[in-house]
Amino acid sequence: MKQIKMQIISRRNILLLLGGATGSLLFSNYALAKPNLALNKIKEISKNTKVEETDLFLDVPEIAENGNQVKVSFDIDSPMTQDDYVKTVYILADGNPAPNVAKFSFSTDMGACSATTRMRLSKTQNVYLLAEYNNGNFAMTKSKVKVTIGGCGG
Amino acid sequence: MSKIKPRGKVPKKASVDEIIEIKTLIRHPMHSGRMKDKDGKKIPKRIINKFLVKFNDKQVFGMDLEPSISTNPYIAFPFKAKESGTFNFEWIDDNGEKYTMSRKMTVS
Repeated sequence: MKQIKMQIISRRNILLLLGGATGSLLFSNYALAKPNLALNKIKEISKNTKVEETDLFLDVPEIAENGNQVKVSFDIDSPMTQDDYVKTVYILADGNPAPNVAKFSFSTDMGACSATTRMRLSKTQNVYLLAEYNNGNFAMTKSKVKVTIGGCGG
Repeated sequence: MSKIKPRGKVPKKASVDEIIEIKTLIRHPMHSGRMKDKDGKKIPKRIINKFLVKFNDKQVFGMDLEPSISTNPYIAFPFKAKESGTFNFEWIDDNGEKYTMSRKMTVS
């Protein structure tokens, strides 16, 4: 009789422990994942291949007074020939509600790999530029933008 | 809502192998789905999600836009002039509506 009682208690304890453990695990995962949405996305896009961090030319202001209209432009040095060109360029931001900002598809007819657009930034954060080359290689760079007034509505 | 109107700037003339810059702008609210109107109600998401450029019916440039792109999206990109032809620009929004514009360029 005594033994059975002991068993019940220990089983309940184990369940409690397990519950607590998974709960804290989930929570820590969530806490870790939050500031790295953009990096997770980069991993997803590059399918976990090695992404080289180089100094691609990413032009964003150091301080953006208005987060609604932040000019972003980039220029990647590439011959843009059939054998060697930049296929796709992604712009990501790690502090926005969604990390993706834009995806550009380039072709060899363009002669150069650059573009300019304007984006919204909700708060001070890092802006990432990820380039995919035709041979499957990836390169990225990042730049921090200080935002005075956030621009994602609310 | 103001009328959605595309605008673009393409040089009329260019020399062979010159890299020209094309600038486009479309007047569009780009509702991200997070903004609220005066009564505090959420404005449904409606953005331009795709921008395509064709030169003589061959696709040369494309862009996927996300809610993080500003109102009245401005897009500038380069192009290497080789022959005369027509650019066709196309913007597609969440409602499936298409806005188009075409510009001619002479290469000498």
